[in-house]
Amino acid sequence: MADPSNEPLLCTRGLACGVNGRTLFEGVELTLSAGDLVEVRGPNGSGKTTLLRCIAGLFTEEAGSVRVRPPERPLYLGHKPGVNPMLSALENIRWYLALEGLSRDADVCRDAVDTVGLGRAGRVPCATLSAGQRRRAALARLVVTEAPLWLLDEPFSALDDAGQDLVRSLIDRHRDAGGAVLCATHEPVGLPDAGRLELPG
Amino acid sequence: MSIAVAQVRRDFLVAFRARADAVHPVAFFALTVVLFGLSMGPDRQAMGELAPGMVWVLALLATMMGTDTLFRRDFEDGTLEQLLLHGRPLFVAVLAKLFAHWCVTGLVLTALSPLAGLMLQVPAEGLPALAGSLALGTPALTLIGAIAAALTVGLGRGGMLAAVIALPLFVPVLIFGAGASLAAASGASPAAEFLWLGALLAAALTLAPFAVGLALRVSQEY
Repeated sequence: MADPSNEPLLCTRGLACGVNGRTLFEGVELTLSAGDLVEVRGPNGSGKTTLLRCIAGLFTEEAGSVRVRPPERPLYLGHKPGVNPMLSALENIRWYLALEGLSRDADVCRDAVDTVGLGRAGRVPCATLSAGQRRRAALARLVVTEAPLWLLDEPFSALDDAGQDLVRSLIDRHRDAGGAVLCATHEPVGLPDAGRLELPG
Repeated sequence: MSIAVAQVRRDFLVAFRARADAVHPVAFFALTVVLFGLSMGPDRQAMGELAPGMVWVLALLATMMGTDTLFRRDFEDGTLEQLLLHGRPLFVAVLAKLFAHWCVTGLVLTALSPLAGLMLQVPAEGLPALAGSLALGTPALTLIGAIAAALTVGLGRGGMLAAVIALPLFVPVLIFGAGASLAAASGASPAAEFLWLGALLAAALTLAPFAVGLALRVSQEY
């Protein structure tokens, strides 16, 4: 995942977004390079989720520009888990790997599900799991992805202490490997050298 | 290509686990055919003339019921976001999804249609044309219905709106589909209708996945 060029993983210039004609934020300047972690903070309704969705390419900006270093697409972990409740965590991660064009090796899937602490629970349909366990099934994407830029929206919600530590360790590992993380959150992530972007709301 | 295979596999698995959802349109089709058969009276001649059109309308309504929920669950659980972000090229992923959906609805309806035709007194020479026209027509209906479903997926309960969007586009398929089986039942050659159905399917197959992809992108703008 080492950076072949000097281009930052993410670069936004004068980014502005609005919903229904109401501007949520404007003039957002963000540059994320390998190893960076930036927390997006702000009150409810200040546009944290919209900012992340905009960078992911799911939402169209009003003004400014977003540049994610090609060819990679960012990993987006939103409020919706992105986990089909009829499938097990294992089957969900297999599908995700195929979407990303990665190897769907059975060991890779099993490792991912074990890493997020699901174990046997990773083999039953996610509809039978608790909200926290379903969240863990979503976190399995962080284990298998090769995307250098992560966009995490409230990654700690519904997770117990061990789950929150798991997210921290995954972020840590990703930064060490040369990735960057943009994380919308209400409480500090609790990792060193975290940058901070405050949305006024 | 592995996206297509993985998407079809996944959707088959989901359809199997959520059997009630998948069976719903087919059950609707079967039940209404039986009810029509019981309520139409014993006049074989009159019924045989109406029946191909009736089977076609029922297949159309059943297809529409199926496409209504086509993207809704994926939208709600967030897997649609992931598909839009990573499912490159989106055309392939959408087509795979629609293929899987057609297999559990349109294909089953097509397979059941000779039986439905017999029940409603379609003359025997009209049955192959009925099944054939549905084999060409139901994929087109699924593709068109998917555009409407994708346009309304972000609106919560968009079922009625989806129907209003899709129905005018369904009409040519219905006319040529029912026309093919009627022509065959009355002893004429249904070739012209079949060629039209093929053309409609080819157009839907090439254009609809793009329209669906664009509509799904718009659905994420909230």
